[in-house]
Amino acid sequence: MSGFGNTSRNDIWWVRPLLVFLGLSSFIVYATWAALQGEHYAIGPYLSPFYSPEIFGSSPHSWFGPKPSWWPMVLPFSPAMLILWAPGGMRFTCYYYRGAYYKSFWADPPACAVSEPRKTYLGENSFPLIMQNIHRYFLYLAVIFVFFLAHDAWKAMWFADPLTGEQTFGVGVGTLVLTLNATLLGGYTFGCHSFRHLIGGFKDRLSKSPVQRKLYNCASCLNRRHMNWAWFSLFGVMFADLYVRLCSMGIWTDWRIF
Amino acid sequence: MAKVVFNIWRTNPSGGEFRAYETDITEGMVVLDAVHQIQAEHANDLAVRWNCKAGKCGSCSAEINGHPKLMCMTRMSDMPEGKPVSIQPMKAFPVIKDLVTDVSVNYRVKKSIKKFKPRSPDAPDGTWRMAQVDIDRVQEFRKCIECFLCQDVCHVLREHALHDKFAGPRHMVYNAALEMHPLDIEDRTGDLKNAHGIGFCNITKCCTTVCPENIHITDNAIIPLKERVADKFYDPLMKLFRIFSK
Repeated sequence: MSGFGNTSRNDIWWVRPLLVFLGLSSFIVYATWAALQGEHYAIGPYLSPFYSPEIFGSSPHSWFGPKPSWWPMVLPFSPAMLILWAPGGMRFTCYYYRGAYYKSFWADPPACAVSEPRKTYLGENSFPLIMQNIHRYFLYLAVIFVFFLAHDAWKAMWFADPLTGEQTFGVGVGTLVLTLNATLLGGYTFGCHSFRHLIGGFKDRLSKSPVQRKLYNCASCLNRRHMNWAWFSLFGVMFADLYVRLCSMGIWTDWRIF
Repeated sequence: MAKVVFNIWRTNPSGGEFRAYETDITEGMVVLDAVHQIQAEHANDLAVRWNCKAGKCGSCSAEINGHPKLMCMTRMSDMPEGKPVSIQPMKAFPVIKDLVTDVSVNYRVKKSIKKFKPRSPDAPDGTWRMAQVDIDRVQEFRKCIECFLCQDVCHVLREHALHDKFAGPRHMVYNAALEMHPLDIEDRTGDLKNAHGIGFCNITKCCTTVCPENIHITDNAIIPLKERVADKFYDPLMKLFRIFSK
């Protein structure tokens, strides 16, 4: 049996790749749109995770002030463009997403035991897909981003008094959203296959390194649900941006819990 | 008792075709029981390989309704009611007759994997010491029954027939069992990259899905091996680390 889509399977095998296609496409469209806006990405102590860390930008969260003078005039500027390539690269080269988008976007194969549209196959054995081996370098950057986002969640617990400017501890719905986002991204990043390897998986005798063994076991535990972490963190980060954006636009009100 | 129609692949001089057989199904039957019943009642010359009927010998691999499965572990009660059941041989291997395939390519590939090479004995009496926590990881791989369902579902072998370039999931599991063994000192990463073509795996996880022993082939064997290959061949920082740690 050959020819694209041919199979003896009589279940609805195309539903899963279709859902993955729709899920990833909707994220890509939203993230691109949100990253290009360059406004409504911060309100009060909240900063959208798509814009964190804000290296240059107009919000009070910016590290080095507004848009730099050396930025080419022809290019649109958004603080998100300076940083989003790193977490984007992490997801693009992630082992889970690779398997998912090879099926959903490239039909290679469309599903298990279903025929493909192409006769030739190179896999990740030659250029360009051999470049997927760069994944661990994106992981290093992603780990740094998790700490930035955790710091953002901490900062989201300190609200400035509008009259005195004094910072007081508090929790709003936005605090919970940003904390949940950092937690989900942490679960995804520290359950990454490369992280699991680099933290101890490369060794055959972990019994001699008890701390490393514990870390390896923790990473393995997260790794068992890596797909779930990948999806929840993907939609978590999208929702966190949407929340901050709508609050900043005045469409949603951020409720203070205490 | 219910009558169920089975469309079974039968070889003939021009290749083969599905032939329909109807047989009675009773409670507790598995697909292999039904095939045996058809063999007894309607088709004495139907070829089917089987042995233990307990999911441990890995002989009765076939494709049931398009899913690579063991016939002895597939319950008739799990089949869609009122619909015919299709049974065909594994697509990734040449068919010998009816449901029987020639899986000998797997034995040739297995022979090409570097053998277990233990370090020098730990004790003067020539014995070794191992911690259970170190051996836990490779024990999962020892569950493999060599049914070759993972090889069958792997699209690199099934669709592209790259048997000479890619060893396949079963042999990645075998490689992992040796490579991650706490006593083994052999280096198989060069072979994994070149002769066994680990780069051909694009992580679809189909092998994991069909494994009747629930071995996490992709997450625990193939990806860790890919990472070891990346350590050695694709990571310049790791290369520097190795130079300075010598």
